[in-house]
Amino acid sequence: MGELRWRVGVDRETCIGSGICAATAPNHFTLDADRSRPLAELVEPDDVVIDAAESCPVEAIAVSDASTGERLAPEE
Amino acid sequence: MTTTSEPRTYPFGLPDRLNLDPRYARLRAEEPLIRVRLPYGEDAWLATRYQDVRTVLGDPRFSRAAVLDRDEPRTRPEPTSGGILSMDPPEHTRLRKLVAKAFTMRRVEALRPRAQEITDELIDQMIDHGPPADLVEEFALPLPVTVICELLGVPYEDRKDFRRWSDAALSTTALSREQVQEYLDNLHEYMAGLVARRRATPTDDLLGALVRARDEEDRLSEDELVRLGVGLLIAGHETTASQIPNFVYVLLTQPEHWQRLRAEPELVPRAVEELLRYIPLGAAAGFPRYATEDIELGGVLVRAGEPVLAVVASANRDESVFPDADTLDLRREVNPHVGFGHGVHHCLGAPLARMELQVALGSLVRRLRELRLATPEPELRWKTGMLVRGLESFPVSW
Ligand code: HEM
Ligand code: SF4
Repeated sequence: MGELRWRVGVDRETCIGSGICAATAPNHFTLDADRSRPLAELVEPDDVVIDAAESCPVEAIAVSDASTGERLAPEE
Repeated sequence: MTTTSEPRTYPFGLPDRLNLDPRYARLRAEEPLIRVRLPYGEDAWLATRYQDVRTVLGDPRFSRAAVLDRDEPRTRPEPTSGGILSMDPPEHTRLRKLVAKAFTMRRVEALRPRAQEITDELIDQMIDHGPPADLVEEFALPLPVTVICELLGVPYEDRKDFRRWSDAALSTTALSREQVQEYLDNLHEYMAGLVARRRATPTDDLLGALVRARDEEDRLSEDELVRLGVGLLIAGHETTASQIPNFVYVLLTQPEHWQRLRAEPELVPRAVEELLRYIPLGAAAGFPRYATEDIELGGVLVRAGEPVLAVVASANRDESVFPDADTLDLRREVNPHVGFGHGVHHCLGAPLARMELQVALGSLVRRLRELRLATPEPELRWKTGMLVRGLESFPVSW
């Protein structure tokens, strides 16, 4: 495969800097100026990114299928 | 360096009301990492600066799960026996995800009208009975207890029992070891009973959802299920119930702040954050973390396998992050306090606690405008031998 990519975004206005995502998925998120930022916008599918999005208390992380735009997390 | 000196006795002393021990300021300035010896368990490092505290709580190289194999530094005889707060990812993530959805800000906002209704009824009752009232029993406890009972699906009528038992979880020396064990056993039995009832009659509450996650999807073990239920019931009220009177105590003993809030109730959300920053809720440092590799912290090399205690209340007074840190400033704009912790264990209930605190404080300043202490301050009785600070009772009039 290798074709499938996920798009990861953090809404930095909404983020409260809890540090949950950066500690849950340190290869994907980092805190800068007290807000989270994805280390890469396009990533290989990795469930830990979904985990981070589903653990965010303010639902500031969005994960979608890069080619179709379909939202993968968090659940509506 | 002073790393070879004798460990200092910790906690430094008994908590004095809501005052933060001035030693933390000195440590932040001069010795950000020191060796300490607690009443129980092995010696530890104590971190007091904001950045170091965040690192200890948020850096995945520090582990909570390790405490289960070690003689964890602690203030009470019983070692931690497990639960979500002593797990690391990925096990922690698996459990946390099961409940995270129920506690997002969006889901919690939907509960705000109900929290407001409960709050209004409590204030109505206080007004009906007339002053004085005990703000703890008549207001601060029933609000979060009712909310967490409804969310979880625990019968509110059982509160006398589970409240007495749940004190055991936060007791350091207030209860005997045998009593703590007995009460915790009672709580687990009680929760197992509620779980069993849901197997007979499914429910829509959070406990019902967790039972389905176990039975239909096998996403957690039976033990994890019962522990999580107990953990949520305890965490869901003990802290908020202590913080509401703590907030009011600070505002009434520095009355210019009460007056300001009364004049500008729109400041309430910001005031809640500032009070969360300013008030040292924990009697001392929280739960220790173990370094899983050598890590430089506060200019010291912490070795793999060494435990570190992070003092959240000290981090919240770090001048390099909070100008005039020892001053309560209800208008403080930049307030990245760590009152709810940081990293994977960042308080699950933070959105719920924030909402409850906003509703409680907002309603009090609007409806009991002349609120004041009904006994002289020195006669107030503070809890002792507990992990969190709070008033035993809080007589107020208006
Ligand atoms: C003012 C109220 C509250 C304060 C100040 C507070 C504070 C905290 C702090 C500092 C932690 C992190 C502990 C650590 O990392 O060692 C924590 C964890 C936790 N809190 Fe709260 N809390 C409050 C209310 C609540 C409420 C209402 C709930 C309701 C469910 C709750 C549930 C939890 C849970 C389950 C954890 C463990 C999370 C985990 O391990 O992933 N808390 N809380
Ligand atoms: S989990 Fe959410 S709120 Fe917390 S740091 Fe990540 S994006 Fe921000």
